[in-house]
Order: sequence, then C-alpha cells, then structure tokens
Amino acid sequence: MTTDTLAAYSLLMAYSAIAVYAIAFVMYVLDLSRRTGSIPVAEASARAAVPAATTARAGGGTALLERVGSVTTRIAEGQAKSVNKATRFQRTAFALMIIAWVVHVGAVVLRGIAADRGPWANMYEFSLTGTAIIVGIFIVVNLWRDVKFLGAYITGFVVLMLGLAATNFYVAVAPTSPPLQSYWLYIHISVAMLATGFYAVGGGLAIVQLLQQAREKGRLTRGRFLATFPSSATLEAMSSRLIIVGFAFWTFTLMAGAIWAYHAWGRYWGWDTKEVWTFIVWVIFAGYIHARATRGWRGTRSAWLAIIGLAAVLFNFTIVNLFFHGLHAYSGLSTM
Amino acid sequence: MSRSDLSRSDSDAPTSFGARPDGHAEAPEPAPGIQQPRLGPVGWLRFLWRQLTSMRTALILLLLLALAAVPGSLVPQRTSDPNGVIQFQQQNPDGYKILDALGVFSTFASPWFSAIYLLLFVSLVGCIIPRTRHHLQALVAKPPRTPARLERLIGYTEATTAVDAPTAVAEGRRVLRRLGYRVENYPLPGGGDSVSAERGYLRETGNLIFHVALVGILLTVGVFGGFGYTGQRILVQDSTFTNVGSDYDSFIPGRFSSVDDLQPYQMRLESFRPTYAFNQTTGTWDPEDYVTRLSTRTPGGGWTKQELKINAPITVGGTQIYLLGNGYAPILTIRDSHGTVVKNEPTPFLAQDANLTSNGVLKVADGLTDSTGKPTQIGIQGFFRPTPPAGKDQILSAAPQLSPKADVFLSVYIGDLGLGGGTPQNVYTLDVAKLKLAAGRDPATSKTVGGGPIDLVRGQTATLPDGLGTITFSGIRRYVSLDIHHDPTPLPALVFALLVLGGLLLSLFVPRRRMWITAVTGEDGTRLRYAGLARGEDANLEAAVAEVAARHRAALGDPGDPDGPDDPRTPIPRM
Ligand code: HEM
Repeated sequence: MTTDTLAAYSLLMAYSAIAVYAIAFVMYVLDLSRRTGSIPVAEASARAAVPAATTARAGGGTALLERVGSVTTRIAEGQAKSVNKATRFQRTAFALMIIAWVVHVGAVVLRGIAADRGPWANMYEFSLTGTAIIVGIFIVVNLWRDVKFLGAYITGFVVLMLGLAATNFYVAVAPTSPPLQSYWLYIHISVAMLATGFYAVGGGLAIVQLLQQAREKGRLTRGRFLATFPSSATLEAMSSRLIIVGFAFWTFTLMAGAIWAYHAWGRYWGWDTKEVWTFIVWVIFAGYIHARATRGWRGTRSAWLAIIGLAAVLFNFTIVNLFFHGLHAYSGLSTM
Repeated sequence: MSRSDLSRSDSDAPTSFGARPDGHAEAPEPAPGIQQPRLGPVGWLRFLWRQLTSMRTALILLLLLALAAVPGSLVPQRTSDPNGVIQFQQQNPDGYKILDALGVFSTFASPWFSAIYLLLFVSLVGCIIPRTRHHLQALVAKPPRTPARLERLIGYTEATTAVDAPTAVAEGRRVLRRLGYRVENYPLPGGGDSVSAERGYLRETGNLIFHVALVGILLTVGVFGGFGYTGQRILVQDSTFTNVGSDYDSFIPGRFSSVDDLQPYQMRLESFRPTYAFNQTTGTWDPEDYVTRLSTRTPGGGWTKQELKINAPITVGGTQIYLLGNGYAPILTIRDSHGTVVKNEPTPFLAQDANLTSNGVLKVADGLTDSTGKPTQIGIQGFFRPTPPAGKDQILSAAPQLSPKADVFLSVYIGDLGLGGGTPQNVYTLDVAKLKLAAGRDPATSKTVGGGPIDLVRGQTATLPDGLGTITFSGIRRYVSLDIHHDPTPLPALVFALLVLGGLLLSLFVPRRRMWITAVTGEDGTRLRYAGLARGEDANLEAAVAEVAARHRAALGDPGDPDGPDDPRTPIPRM
C-alpha cells in the first residue's frame, strides 16, 4: 500500500474513533443524570460520613488527626461505593470507550507506518497520538482506582480535540525537517504526551474535587450526582498521586528536550517560546507539590493550581504551537 | 540551628518526622504570639530570614517565577529572536519603548526576573542547610520511642499469641529488619516490650539531593557558563577556516574567556549535499537531509575527514561545530579593461526564502580604472536564483536545487565604498552613501539605470559600465554557515539534572514509614498490637501494617486471623 492509502485509512479510523467516543460521551452523561435519580441511600451515607471527616480536618492541626480523618473518609467512601454500583450506562460507555480506543490506536499505528517515523511531527499527528495516550492512561488508571465518573470529561475532551485536529489541522504525510530527526525527539515527545495524560486525569479529578468540596460545604445545591462520587479528600489524594507521576514525566521531558536542543542547535537551553512554556508548566506543578505541603494551601488552593497547570499544558500545545514563532514551530500548517 | 530549634521541630516525638520548614503542613503550628517579633534589629533580621525560608515564601516565589516567565514567551527575545525584536520595534514603536524600558525583550536577564529566582535560591539554600544537618542526625539516630496510644495510628491491629512478650518482640524485630526497617527495642512503661522501626530515609535524602542539585544547575550555568565562547563563520566549499579570532565572522567571548583561549585548528568544507522532498500540501520543497563533509586538522596532525550531521556536531580543538544554515556562493570573475583578472572568488549569498532566492554583495576596492584612467571602486548588489521560475512575471526562485539555468542579477555601483573610514563594515551590505548606480534598478525610484541590472547565467560574460572591464558568472559553490562554540557547562549540567531526576524519584516514590509492634503478657497469653505512621501521603500504609502483622504471626507460628489475612480487622478509629 502506498503512503497515501495508509494515511487515508488512518484518517478513516480516526473519524470512526471520534464517532464511537461521541456515543460513549453521551452514555457517560446519561450515567451522570441517572445517578441524580438513584442516590437516596448513597446520599445518606455520604452525608453521615462527611461531618466526621470535616471535624477531623478542622481539629487537625496535627498531622495525626488529619490521617484519622482520611481513613474515615475512605471507609465512608467504601460504603457509598458499595451502594452505588456502576449503572448500565456507565458500563456500556466504558466498553465503547475501549473499542474506540483500539480503533484510535490503529489510526496512530497506521499513520506511523505511512510516515515511516513516530506519528507526532505536526499538530495533527500530535493530537492524534496525544489523545490516544490520554485515553490509554485513563483506562489504566481505572485498573488502579475507579474513576469512570470522569469518563464524560475525558471523552468530551478527546472528541473535541480529535475532531478539531481531523477537520482543521489535518496535513498529508510529509518528511520531517532535519532538526526534527533525532531519537531524543521521540523520547521527548512521547514522554511529554505521557505526562500530559496524567495531568489531564489528575486535573479532571481536581475539578471534581472543587465541586465536591462546594457540595460538602453546602454551597452547591445542583449536581446531586456528586453525592455518588468519592469525598473531596479522596479525590484530592488520587489527583495528587497522578499529578506527581505526571510531574516526574514532565521533569524528564524537560531534560530530554534540553538534550535534543543541544544536539540540534548547540545549546541546551535558549528560552525559546516552547522552552519557556515547558518551564512554566514545570514550575507551576512544582508549586502545586509545594502547595500540597504548605499549611493553608491544601484542598482548594492546590486544586486550583492543578487546574491552572493543566490549562498551561493545553495552552502550550495549542496556542503556542499555532500562533507563536520559535524554533519549535512544527505545527506543519502553512498559515504560520 | 540551636538546640531549641531542634526541639521546636520535636525530633523526639514519635509522630513527627524531622525538621520541616516553617509553614509546612506537617510542621507544628506556631504557638500564638510567637510570630510577633518583639525584638530589636537582630530579632527583625531573624524574623525576616525565617519568613524568607518558610514554605509559604518558597511557594509564592515559585508561582511568581512562573508568572514572570510569561512575558518572555509573548514578546520576542533578543537572545532567541533578535529579528523579531526589530520587527516589533518597526511595527509598534511606542509599545516598544515602554516594553524595552521594562526589559521585557530580555525577560530572562531582567532585574525583576533575576530578583525572583535569586530570592528563591537564597530561600532554597536557607531551607536546605538546616534540613541537611537535621537529616544527617536522623541517619544515625535510633527510631523513636514507641508512642503510648498506638490505637490512634494507622492500620492499628490487635492479636494474641501464646509465646511470651520478649520472644514475640525479638521475632517482630527480625521480621521488620528483613523488610528493610531500622529497629530499636523499647520496654513499655506499664510493663511489656515493644519494637520501634523506621524505613525510607532515602525519601528525605532524595528530596535534599533534588534541591541541592537545583542549586548546582544554577551555579553551573551562572558561573561555569562564563568560561565559554561562541562564534559564527560562513565556510565556502574548498576553503579553509583557522580557529583564531580574526577568522570568525562574529565572535562573542564569555565573561571569563577571550580569543586567547582558542586552540588553533583548521577546517575545510569538502562538500555539502542537501536532499529535498516535495510537499504536496504546501507545494514547497522541504529539506530532507543535509550531508556535510568536512576535513579538520589539529596542529602537527594530518587532515581527517568527518561528516557533520544536523543533530550531531563535530568536536574538535575544544569546540563543537554545528550546522546553522547553508546557501550558494556564485563565483563572479571581474577583469579590468586589459583582461587582467581583478577578482575571482566565490561570494556567499544569503538566502531570503526556503527556495534559496539569495542576496549578496561584491566589493572591489582596487585594480579597476574607469574610461579616463582614474582608479575607481565598485560595489555590486547581487540577486541569485538557483532555479529561475517558469513564468516571466515571477521573481523568486522556484526550488532550492541548483539548475543549469541558475542566474544572477547584478546592480553595479561606482564611486567610494567608504572602506577607508576605519569603521568595520558588514560584508553583506553595501553602503551606497558615496556610490552612484551605474547599471541596475534604483531601489528608491524603481527606474532602471544604464540598461538595467546585468543578467547572467553560468558561463556568460557582460561588460561593466564606464569601460571598467568585464564580469563573468564563472561558477558556483555551496557554503554552510557554522556555529562554533566552546561550552564547558553541558557535562556538569547533565550530572546535576540527573541528580535532580534521581532525587525527585526517590523523594516522590520511596515511602517513609514508622512501624511499631508491642507485646504485653497477661493472664490468657500475650497481647500484640501493631500500628504505623507515614510521612506525607501513603495510601498503602494500612496494607503495609497488615503485612507486617501477618508475617509476624506466621513467624510466631500462629494461625491466621479467624477473618482471614485479607481483613486485618481495621477498627474504625475513634474520634
Ligand atoms: C528552586 C525552587 C524550588 C523547586 C523547583 C522546588 C521543587 C520541589 C519539588 C518538585 C518537590 C517535590 C519533590 C520532593 O519532595 O523532592 C519539593 C519538595 C519540597 N520542597 Fe521544594 N522546591 C524549590 C524550593 C524550595 C524551597 C525554597 C524550600 C524551603 C522553604 C523547599 C522545601 C521543600 C520541602 C520541605 C519539600 C518536601 C515537601 C513534602 O514534605 O512533601 N523547596 N520541592
């Protein structure tokens, strides 16, 4: 098969994946709306657990009491979970998501074969591969903890991103320019995408955490499905765990990028636009980790930092790639 | 750190892990009133120092650092994009003045950016030193005393056994040691025995390595960087470069280096062969690969052939050589009115677009006389196209490859080149102040003068105006532009970066735990109690306590818990 046929099949698979993701998205949303109707028991048990947890927190000047609090909430959450089994919608949505993901990975592989290199040399390929990695990480995280309630957020994001990429960023397979030919680039970009996946899931949890906090404090009356979600303390613990893994990958991304820049341009750091944003993202998440260890900054403030960090990651990928000049300008679009 | 500081961070308390900076979520809350300095200047200084080295300040400075870097990405920077800065100035002169006064075009060297990161690093050093000292003490200290109220800790489990307390504790000690814990026995005040265990000192070690290595990177770049230098040179095929200051087109020494540090070596460009691929989407030719062959020679040695790849520099004589760009250097042979060759060498033309439409300048200061016999200088402004376009109305080169029809357009200026003034001149620009256009198109009026520009393809000759002689487009060479530099920082920077990464991984993923087993012999056997404590978040602590309990019971030969090993009978902790 020729390069062009392979690329065409790859695009077709990408469109199919988008369609299935879109159905999964609808199912996830239906699941959330379903939860609103079937929560009395879960609601009651979560309610009962919450005051205990918050008391422990409020009194928790010492590390000790805080720990006890988190154990309590974990137990309370266990009760809530056992009451609220996954709905049929959610199970269907997750299954559809896995099917879409397999097709999606197929599109990535075909594109790679068509181009005869890693499929991440321009905006389209980066979106295609990056979203596949985000979904992959979401699926893997679900083996560790059940975070399927984030499904609507993940599929919504992927449909948007992949749809935009296929319709607006699509470019034919082209050889990479000489500076982009290096295995450090492969390492740099693939690890950056891994980090982005962890940031995306961790950031999603931080968003839910903020909503959950508002609900626990009685400031949020809508969105009753939140009652079926884990407590904000549990959400925060999961979120920070994932973001810390993302941060480790991002640190490596920064270093691999510097090594690549050194090979390609003779300097490992030159404050190029893309380098500046990679640095900004790194510093924000270092700030996040510090915030988690600083009195008065756990909870709401650190969650906001996680969200700001994720926003910076997305800004770095979209706006910076499309509208900024710099050595890394590799969107592959001629409008640049 | 004074004795009282140490006790403030209560290193002896079993439920606290070592020194934490002020404001750390796990540091003891300051007693009310302690924050108010009621002292003289020394007290104030101490107060300020403690503020600067607190967790909160570190966090605020980190966030400020991220924020301060943003303008540096929105506005072109002098160091990475000098042309962008000039463009900005032309398009937006008023905005330029304000932003320039604020130093935004050199954000990363600006006083405000420097102030933030210097404060951050002072804070960092002030934070590392006491923690390092404290950690060194912790490394040789014994695990802390067994807390009295074990049931308030994580994973609290009870069990009974038939063996006596000292035997049970001795066995527990063995189990914990095998799991990598450091152990210490403590008799319980009310009778009975206990073992206290701790593991994961590498967590704090890693954290300290991480932060120290950050300082290392800053010092490497800030201090070592000054010993480097960087220069550029355009090298035409078959010509030779010698690594001395005068042979560079431009040379920038570092703070602590000069041209005297250069090691003399020679380098010759043997050939440069690019390959291009046609991009269907954009309709342009994209470079696919560059094959650059160089020969180098160090003093006393012979020529050795080397290949320069775009991602793989050549290292020679303490410098590294990178390929920056490439282009064409037409050979324009100038003869005087008697046919004597006055100039005959390749002139590098600078590429203006991806298809290598190029501009170049040729200056002839000596050897030409006009029709009256008066010595005259000429300057030639040239325009070169490797592949002339098919359409007559198109101007720019249609492809970057060299075609047989490659042509030059030359505008000839006569008069004074202005070389005598002593001011160094850029070889790529022509100062037309004292020159008169004799043949070509006047850039100001667009009128053609003297029959218009001289248009030549390879092998063709034309006469110069004013009976000066002739000009022949006699050949063409490729050239490469090279970045030649000496930078002593990459190796130490890499070492520190690896320490940063290694320290980070240790500090994020090694759990630091304390574990206790107590044994009290009573009427109906010995009562065992297990519990643990972790530093930072540790989702697996309960499981770890359960594992210790299970292994211990197995080692004592006790049957498993009636509820099975899966359920370590974690009671709901009392509030
Ligand atoms: C140069 C700026 C800094 C950066 C980029 C940075 C980054 C980090 C990162 C990524 C971590 C988490 C990994 C680890 O535990 O090793 C961390 C932890 C930590 N940092 Fe920093 N840091 C900086 C400055 C500081 C300063 C000035 C202090 C002292 C006030 C400090 C105190 C700490 C402490 C105590 C922890 C452990 C947090 C915990 O207990 O979980 N850091 N830092």
